[in-house]
Amino acid sequence: MSKTLKTAAIVGAVAASFAATGVHAMDKEKCFGVSLAGENDCAAGPGTTCAGSSKVDYQGNAWTLVDAGTCADIELPAMADGTARMGSLEALERDLPST
Amino acid sequence: MSGADLRGAAPSQPEAATPRDILSTKKPNPVSQAGFLGALRDAELDVPDGLMDGEGRPAGRRFAVYRNNVAVSLREALEAGFPAVAKLIGPENFARAAGMYLRAEPPGSPLMMGYGAGFADFLAGIEALNSIGYLADVARLEFALRESYHAADAPVLNPARLQDLSEEALMAARLVLAPSVRLLRSPWPVLSVYRFTMTPGSPKPQAQAEDVLIARPEFDPEPHLLPTGGAPFLAAVQVGQSFGAALEAAGEDFDLGAMLGLLLQTGALSDIITIP
Amino acid sequence: MYDFEPNLPPLPGVGYKPQHYRDILEEAAPVGWLEVHAENYMGAGGRPLAQMRALSERFPISVHGVGLSIGGAGRLDPEHLARLKHLVGWLNPASFSEHLAWSTHDSHFFNDLLPLPYTDATLARICDHIDEVQDVLQRPMLLENPSSYLAFAESTWEEPAFLREIARRTGCGLLLDVNNVFVSAVNLGFSPQNYIDAYDLDRVGEIHLGGHDEDEDDHGAPLLIDSHGREVADPVWALLDYVLERSGPKPILIEWDTDVPDWPVLREEAVRADRALAGVLV
Repeated sequence: MSKTLKTAAIVGAVAASFAATGVHAMDKEKCFGVSLAGENDCAAGPGTTCAGSSKVDYQGNAWTLVDAGTCADIELPAMADGTARMGSLEALERDLPST
Repeated sequence: MSGADLRGAAPSQPEAATPRDILSTKKPNPVSQAGFLGALRDAELDVPDGLMDGEGRPAGRRFAVYRNNVAVSLREALEAGFPAVAKLIGPENFARAAGMYLRAEPPGSPLMMGYGAGFADFLAGIEALNSIGYLADVARLEFALRESYHAADAPVLNPARLQDLSEEALMAARLVLAPSVRLLRSPWPVLSVYRFTMTPGSPKPQAQAEDVLIARPEFDPEPHLLPTGGAPFLAAVQVGQSFGAALEAAGEDFDLGAMLGLLLQTGALSDIITIP
Repeated sequence: MYDFEPNLPPLPGVGYKPQHYRDILEEAAPVGWLEVHAENYMGAGGRPLAQMRALSERFPISVHGVGLSIGGAGRLDPEHLARLKHLVGWLNPASFSEHLAWSTHDSHFFNDLLPLPYTDATLARICDHIDEVQDVLQRPMLLENPSSYLAFAESTWEEPAFLREIARRTGCGLLLDVNNVFVSAVNLGFSPQNYIDAYDLDRVGEIHLGGHDEDEDDHGAPLLIDSHGREVADPVWALLDYVLERSGPKPILIEWDTDVPDWPVLREEAVRADRALAGVLV
């Protein structure tokens, strides 16, 4: 069996397994569900006049990362050290994104 | 009723008026929108002259309402759009990063659903966050999920159309991905980090590169880990290469059956174009 | 020249939030129509548009823009106008409204309704922009009065007269936000009843009600913030009655945009608006 013939057979077999169960149809009930936020509205910020006047929240690139969130629980070997990490993932380097 | 009632106050000059001002019926300072915005974006700047309270006194803290609205509404839009990034670095650090970003890159359109396209790159440039190498890719994943959510609807490919293609026709045909499909390639375990952050009970991420397919069966985008060769296969399909060329790009270790199963199951394929 | 005609039913409506989708389909009454922010339905597809297609089969829809920057010093964004034309084209809403405000400058959008001085120059510019919107949409629009936190020394027009003149020149209708009147009146120290007396109530195609927060200015004077994050305040309900006695029944929208409550709480506000409307008919 040639490589292409084998490929066509795989595609046919996989497609058949999905054709048998049927492709899911659009269900109106699915209209209900989570909304990914970031919506426009016309409300003013609640109750405080100070947040936008804070000078600290937008000044300076360098600050000390204190009270970080869940990233502290992620222990990847040499995660903070690019060189070491690349070494440990050498086999996958060819898959690095070009962008 | 007097005119002053509705404007709140008659125009007045809060500064000590010189005799010439009084005699020349000096016009109050007009406030340009550029001037208004300058002071809005930089809390170091004075509130523009010509803005006042109901009694003709300088507006002062009242101007801060607008500063607050702009900064907080944009920050909240970023918090809503990048919940995993916010959890990873914590609310204070996120507020700080968002505050810098919204001043550096205010929205370029009134559609808040599109705000934050440049946030990942911006995060990558923040020195204080350098130690979290995967952070920008998590932001890219979150933005891609949002893009997928709002992408155009498309018909789902009927698998029967794949079944009966001859080998020759299949190799020359082009698969068409749904508009909601996104592909993200990362040198980091980006999907594992995302799941660990967002889904309680998810395993700790291991050091590995991860390629991610985002697909949207119906209305809810889901990220999926791609098998070896999956990303180059999809990248080739995305730029309109033939099935045969995409297969070639996928390399030796590619499991076509698994890939095709994933694409069909998630509604990622919307059509196949065969050459007559 | 366009001429405003009332198209929404004189019933309570609510600002639509996706989390209320199922509740609204199951127990909407007394809510008789829905309002959505135009910009949230300008995506290419997905759930937001599917929900809107389904809801528009059941309810009159009011499209309320928050991003057109009608008071902006520059020209209106042609891309945004085109998006609006597309939305109004497929959804065919009962009403389209926008704000007496600006939010875009040099193609940057600041996501807030920023204030305008009321001068002959801004009047002319706003009328030009409304003419353009109405020409593109091929229908008259409604223009909403803002909530004010400060005043411009250069203003030479009172706000109700300014709005009346805009409506006269362009043929647009007005959206009277009663909470905004109350907030501005407290913040700038004028009588809200006098404001209503001067308002062109005949051209009002819709009324807005929303909750506000309380803060204070540098001198300790009350500063109300138009937060849309709680129930409508009692004095605002009283001001609504004052309006309705003079205007007759109007479509009344409850706006709740931050800390959005579960449906029964929002619906209860609509019930209260319904009672206010019933009081007018008696």
